[in-house]
Amino acid sequence: MSSVRVLVGTRKGAFILTSDGQRKNWSVDGPHFTGWEIYHLKGSPTDPNRIYCSQTSSWFGQIIQRSDDGGKTWNTPGGETMPSPYDPPGGVSNNFAYDTSPGTGRPLTTHQWYDGTQHPWEFKRVWHLEPSHTDPDVVYAGVEDAAMFRSTNGGQSWHELAALRAAEGEKWAPGAGGLGLHTILIDPTNPDRIYIAISSAGAFRTDDGGQSWKPINRGLKSEYIPDPDALVGHCVHRIALHPARPEVLYMQKHWDVMRTDDAGDHWYEISGNLPTDFGFPIDVHAHEPETIYVVPIKSDSEHIPPEGKLRVYRSRTGGNDWEPLTNGLPQKDCYVNVLRDAMAVDSLDDCGIYFGTTGGQVYASPDGGDTWTPIVRDLPAVLSVEVQTLK
Amino acid sequence: MVRIELPYHLRRLARIDREVALDVEGTVTMTSVLDALETHYPMLRGTIREHGTLKRRPLIRFFACRQDISHDPVDTPLPEAVAAGTEPLLIVGAVAGG
Repeated sequence: MSSVRVLVGTRKGAFILTSDGQRKNWSVDGPHFTGWEIYHLKGSPTDPNRIYCSQTSSWFGQIIQRSDDGGKTWNTPGGETMPSPYDPPGGVSNNFAYDTSPGTGRPLTTHQWYDGTQHPWEFKRVWHLEPSHTDPDVVYAGVEDAAMFRSTNGGQSWHELAALRAAEGEKWAPGAGGLGLHTILIDPTNPDRIYIAISSAGAFRTDDGGQSWKPINRGLKSEYIPDPDALVGHCVHRIALHPARPEVLYMQKHWDVMRTDDAGDHWYEISGNLPTDFGFPIDVHAHEPETIYVVPIKSDSEHIPPEGKLRVYRSRTGGNDWEPLTNGLPQKDCYVNVLRDAMAVDSLDDCGIYFGTTGGQVYASPDGGDTWTPIVRDLPAVLSVEVQTLK
Repeated sequence: MVRIELPYHLRRLARIDREVALDVEGTVTMTSVLDALETHYPMLRGTIREHGTLKRRPLIRFFACRQDISHDPVDTPLPEAVAAGTEPLLIVGAVAGG
């Protein structure tokens, strides 16, 4: 019997929601790490009991937590045991030091600040953790200020893939939420090909496992930057792919929903009949590569659903033709937002869609978006949602 | 023994109940106390002072004997009462928010 585990990061802790394959009755476990901001949790595709968690605080900085039993117990990798005097130093699992070494690193110079001046690079937090598809001990971290780190020992230590900052890093600028590397997509057919996205820099791709990167933003137009067609500087909110067609990417940009059919070399707009093409998350149906989901938000100045109606929009045609999905979602007086990492899908036969809101609701649809039910209504503001389909 | 009181979230992270008592070798300073604390509780590295620079994190404060010593040079000897363990060293999350 299959089951589903939904990993929810919130402003005040982590929650784990579980159900059998019917996805009608749910249990809610948590909060874990109460009082801390949990930017993201994600399980290893090869070992679902291995879950990585980004725990962060303005006071106490970054912590990485890891569970090896499906979220029942947690440890800080490398710092979990009391060391004997003969042990090597532990507790470096939260050390995200930009690589400035002559061999593999890049000089740590500056990036663009909100006002166009240059600003020093400073580590703030981990936004996104992406476990490898083949090795549970390999995991990537997208951080603020934007950079990509990799751990090959289960999160005990991290090393920056510094070549990314060479992709015009001096022109990257923070979005309203900061200069965060928020999306990491590993090509399931080629682990050396990885796509990432940064606000407000754009999307980037490596084809050699992170040794070199290039901006992939041709076709994006952004009126809020001096050159609307610039190679970098676009505020990409989220990108998504279907494992069966990893060269096709879908993007929710600050404004505009976009698509590429050639791994990001060229993008074209698919906003079509959306009521507004501003929003944050975008995701793809587990079994239908042309079925995609977005949550339109009124505007960049008003992060609320249009008309107070919370509507997911689905396209079954890979974009342009969109239908509102409202059954079970509040259709009046609703003013929550859905953040970029707060939507996910399961891979059961009837694909389940999930999203969390800044109002603390986590909604589930067990039928591809036709009907929705809140799993839980009153969590802290939801920052991220991931789903594990357990066989 | 030097007594150290940690903020709630760091006590939970280090899995300790309330106060930590540590032997500190040599002169008792913020540096030597934090070195000893991080040796015993390595999960606290990076949470009180930054990795690398070892600078105090911006929203952390140090109090001793009713004095704010957050901005004292880190190699200044701490008050005798703290070194002797009759008064605790307080590591505090700054009041921020409302």
